[in-house]
Amino acid sequence: MQSAMTTAKQALPADWRDFFALTKPRVMTLVIFTGLCGLLAAPGTIHPVIGFTAVLCIALGAGGAAVLNQWWEADIDAQMKRTAQRPLPAGRMHRDDARDFGMFLSATSVVVMGLGVGWLAAAILAFSIFYYSVIYTIWLKPRTPQNIVIGGGAGAFPPMIGWVAVTGDVTLMPVLLFAIIFFWTPPHFWALALFVETDYAKAGIPMMPVVHGDGPTRTQIILYTLVLLPIAVAPWYVGGTGVIYGLSALLLSLGFIALAIPVSRRRTDRVDDKMKAEKRLFAYSVFYLFALFAALVADRLLASFGVVA
Amino acid sequence: MTPEEEAEFIRRRKSRNIVLGLVLGFFAVLFYAITFVKMGA
Repeated sequence: MQSAMTTAKQALPADWRDFFALTKPRVMTLVIFTGLCGLLAAPGTIHPVIGFTAVLCIALGAGGAAVLNQWWEADIDAQMKRTAQRPLPAGRMHRDDARDFGMFLSATSVVVMGLGVGWLAAAILAFSIFYYSVIYTIWLKPRTPQNIVIGGGAGAFPPMIGWVAVTGDVTLMPVLLFAIIFFWTPPHFWALALFVETDYAKAGIPMMPVVHGDGPTRTQIILYTLVLLPIAVAPWYVGGTGVIYGLSALLLSLGFIALAIPVSRRRTDRVDDKMKAEKRLFAYSVFYLFALFAALVADRLLASFGVVA
Repeated sequence: MTPEEEAEFIRRRKSRNIVLGLVLGFFAVLFYAITFVKMGA
């Protein structure tokens, strides 16, 4: 009965909303935001049409990578409550359609970026798609509890691509923007993994809390937030930004550490408060990234208008 | 395929075609704009 229903569902063409859902629109908002911030914070100017094209291609590339990720992980998604209703595990779309859609989005984003914006930005975009869909999704995610550390690299590319779209070269600043998201991702995602860990265990994904337990995960969270502070402040230290960004980065990072300390010190078997500290840290981590990149752009715009040095 | 399924099939195909048409139209306008910007540079 179940398979008959699935067959009947798949005989219909997938709804366009399911194609859209495959691109992970919520994740894409963060990608668009950080990519746009990288573009706006970069020295130099870019024509609005070219800038729009660059951000569009970053979003299309991220969407393509997300589709390929779900095409590959459909069986794993089916085992987790959080992902079981996605179009592929729910049987609303053929896997081949998802694969073709993901390949099309990825190829289109790279070609349009190359022709419309620049081939260095296009090359980094192409590598970021390959990194997320092959190196992370296929190779390392099912094999190592450090998967999130490696996966963080994929999400770290957008501000670098936005920056390179304006300047045309890779300098220290875009590398630092990359490093900020790279070191931000583990505490962000492990805070989430701490309160949804049963799902990952069921699906056999070697998330840090599943393999090494809560204790080492909590230690890693505080270590990454401590490392993140000097990296977040580094753009100011090297003279790439002004004092507005520098102070914002310092205060935001101290807040991140302050919320990570209680998470690192406690053991869940001794408390019963529905993981409030972990959920608070996760929510703050999202705010942290938005606020940090907003400060980066504000710093740059105020400096360009001569409000601050 | 029942009449209901056929109606749903046609509805989905139509909505997909409309979305695809809008996307293609958007890209045609975008390439037009990019060409103008590049020619002016």
